[in-house]
Amino acid sequence: MKRIPLEPDFNAWREAAREALHLGYRPEELDLQDSTIPSTLDLTLESSDTPTGLPIPTPHTSKVFLEAAEYAAVHRDPQRWNLLYRILYRLQTNRNLLKISVDPDIAELERLESQVRRDLHKMHAFVRFRMVLEPGDPSGRPIVVDESLPNEPGPHHLVLATPTPFGLNHTALPHCDPDPHVTPTPSQPDTCEHFIAWYQPDHRILPLAAPFFAERFSVMRWTILTPDASVSWDPTSKQLTFAPGLPRESAPAEDELEDLWRSYYASIYNPARLNPEMMRSEMPVRYWKNLPEISLLPDLIIKSQSRVSDMVTRQQQQPSAQPFVPENHSLPTLRAALPACKGCDLYQHATQVVPGAGAAHAKLILVGEQPGDQEDLQGEPFVGPAGKILDRVMAELNIDRSKIYVTNAVKHFKFVQRGKLRLHQNPRMSEINACRPWLLAEVDSIHPRVILCLGASASKSLFGGTFALMRDHGKILQTPYANQVIATIHPSAVLRARDKESGEQLYNFLRDDMALAWHTAQKAV
Amino acid sequence: MNTQQKLEILADAAKYDASCASSGARRSGNGKGVGHSDGMGICHSYTPDGRCVSLLKILLTNFCTYDCIFCVNRISSDIQRARFTPEEVVKLTLDFYKRNYIEGLFLSSGIIQSPDYTMEQLIHVAKALRTEHHFGGYIHLKAIPGASELLIDQAGLFADRLSANIELPTQQDLVQLAPEKKTTVIESTMNKIALRKDEADEDRRKLPSAPKFATAGQSTQMVIGATPATDREILTTATHLYGQYKLRRIYYTGFSPYPAADARLPLKPTPRMREHRLYQSDWLMRFYGFNAAELTSEENPSLSLTEDPKTTWAKLHPEFFPVDVNAAPRESLLRVPGIGYRNVERILSIRKYHLFLLDDLKKLRVRIKSALPYLITIDHAPRQQPSTHESQLTTQLDLFASVSALTGSI
Repeated sequence: MKRIPLEPDFNAWREAAREALHLGYRPEELDLQDSTIPSTLDLTLESSDTPTGLPIPTPHTSKVFLEAAEYAAVHRDPQRWNLLYRILYRLQTNRNLLKISVDPDIAELERLESQVRRDLHKMHAFVRFRMVLEPGDPSGRPIVVDESLPNEPGPHHLVLATPTPFGLNHTALPHCDPDPHVTPTPSQPDTCEHFIAWYQPDHRILPLAAPFFAERFSVMRWTILTPDASVSWDPTSKQLTFAPGLPRESAPAEDELEDLWRSYYASIYNPARLNPEMMRSEMPVRYWKNLPEISLLPDLIIKSQSRVSDMVTRQQQQPSAQPFVPENHSLPTLRAALPACKGCDLYQHATQVVPGAGAAHAKLILVGEQPGDQEDLQGEPFVGPAGKILDRVMAELNIDRSKIYVTNAVKHFKFVQRGKLRLHQNPRMSEINACRPWLLAEVDSIHPRVILCLGASASKSLFGGTFALMRDHGKILQTPYANQVIATIHPSAVLRARDKESGEQLYNFLRDDMALAWHTAQKAV
Repeated sequence: MNTQQKLEILADAAKYDASCASSGARRSGNGKGVGHSDGMGICHSYTPDGRCVSLLKILLTNFCTYDCIFCVNRISSDIQRARFTPEEVVKLTLDFYKRNYIEGLFLSSGIIQSPDYTMEQLIHVAKALRTEHHFGGYIHLKAIPGASELLIDQAGLFADRLSANIELPTQQDLVQLAPEKKTTVIESTMNKIALRKDEADEDRRKLPSAPKFATAGQSTQMVIGATPATDREILTTATHLYGQYKLRRIYYTGFSPYPAADARLPLKPTPRMREHRLYQSDWLMRFYGFNAAELTSEENPSLSLTEDPKTTWAKLHPEFFPVDVNAAPRESLLRVPGIGYRNVERILSIRKYHLFLLDDLKKLRVRIKSALPYLITIDHAPRQQPSTHESQLTTQLDLFASVSALTGSI
């Protein structure tokens, strides 16, 4: 048997294979050894090194085979050269061999090829560049020194010095000469930025992988270091330069963007769908050392379950006054039950709850937003400045306040304390929803013909969160709770008007809508 | 609020949209900016929920004027709100891309002011990336239903993919859970995209330099399990959408609970297996020649959770089997449980030179256990016709035991 040591290089194999075919070596008479793997040299000479097959002076090969072989050639399997020779030899007599995937040799070739393709795909995915700035930049976190390497004099861009247990590890980056004619663009602010990645592929795929990065990052100056080899790209000359391999310590240890990236990673996954097995099958643990986001994983996984159960508890505990509303909806019963309400957090801050007031069988109900400062202190609805406006409108329209019922969508005052002032705050949608059972119970007790909503909060309580007040005010609308509901502005809007003219306009809106509500309520059904 | 805080809020708000694939677009490097797509999507990372991270998937803002009950960003939801400036999104995309964290951008948004205004904001980002920075990576823009034709045209010039979300399987579901959205409006947006893409493709056949429009086509997504819509209804809607608007993909997202959800929604997540079965059925419809109507029945409108839909069909159709691996046409091979699309192609190519034994199928990694009762090889013939009685009709978990999403009643 003839033994030939081969460098891990596809062309070296092609030379050797061509010659072996010329001489007529049958696959079993030849051993193409991987020279990178130290083998115990078998000193006993075999019976014969001479070929016994027919010489093949013009070997046949196909493009499909060469393509597959090029991938298999970078695989680390020590038997790959022999496998390729065996298939090449068999191809001479069986031209269809490659199509028979169930043949053991072809199946093995396909296995090697697909493992290399997967390795390539993963490298395209998991290489992470880290940016290195110009020498002297105060924010450049990797320690960058600008000094000549003693054994490699000549032009260099910068020398990256990374501390290792054995002292500083120096990596020279190719020289960068910013083109004085080119003004920096937003996408390329500094033409001397250098991006460096360290990666450890399973197979010797760097030459196959580099073109992908050259196309994708063609305007960037970058270097990928692997233990076997490294490659740099020059965006000006559009050249890839290969160099010997380097250890992990030669690459920068971090990038300023990594915290931002980790924030994204932690936010984009859904803890309710935790599935770490799926994650591990697509991203096996051996790739994790390159990925900055992986440091978050244990914490994210551990906290997922509690996040989900918290979420569910909160959903079940959405604020609602429903448990506090008595079954008997008569006004005295409601009034008596109201002070006990803890349906949402607002009760903790208000002085007291403010129930509705007015006729028990009113034909018209006015619904405001929530009690204000005065109402909170006195315990009556619409007694403050907004109440005065309301009284003026009613006086103008000859409406007797004792014949209608006035209440609020939210029964507690919500405010922020500013010194001595208590500033009104709009209730949130969740608070409006929480308080709605009280309003509905009042409506149920009174059975009015018309409900007039004063302002957006009251309207949203009955029409839903997207009700647009200025679009639909002054129209008689139907809701699930009453057949005739009209929305108008809140009296306090008149007080807050920026000038007298718009104040009058708002006042007129309020008066006209109130008149419509009143007359509609008086009409016999 | 700084960029990092915004990123946390606006990525969190985007995580319920399943689509993340970046496949289907080809864009060579342009030499002026970073980025290219080689047609095959790349997942640059995977999250603990097993999903691929291939794009920077964020909302431009989570403010929204709509009140869709199933959506975490609805106006009535008490969540923290944030809004990115277009420049911030552009910078984030480029910075992440240059470090090889992502393949591109998937930008969506809450609906603010109007559909047209929102669409304009999204286009603004894509336009800046493409024209100012010559970005060659993948861009997926959400097409806002109801946005004007002119804006859809523009969006398609900058984006590789557009998607208008159908949101829920049926119009009734939308009435209940997304009062502002209408199937007709959503579908008319899909139709605009489909028509415009057809035109652009035709122009490019005549003149290869004509502008491209959404080369990776359009997709949509629907939330399943938030309403009682059956698998049969879901697959019928899917067939209609694929046929009518030439969608590349439909994403089915099993409903999962989220913070501050409306009480009308189920508390339990939809079983992940239901989602998986829908994807399997979707594949069977698009690549295996199955009809939506074949996969479920009126009497049994749910897909089985314990058995894949191809096996269910095979058990119900003993007359179709066994199939001879060495002689049957492609269409028949595609219906054998356990044999995938790629293996059918390989079988067809290999059998010209080599007759199949059972062992050969094992080498191709056919799932022999599932396939055995349904096929014939040189050394195997099934002993008897598979019986239909074996088929287990399992029901899905009842998500609506305590709460009905349809009526809101408890």
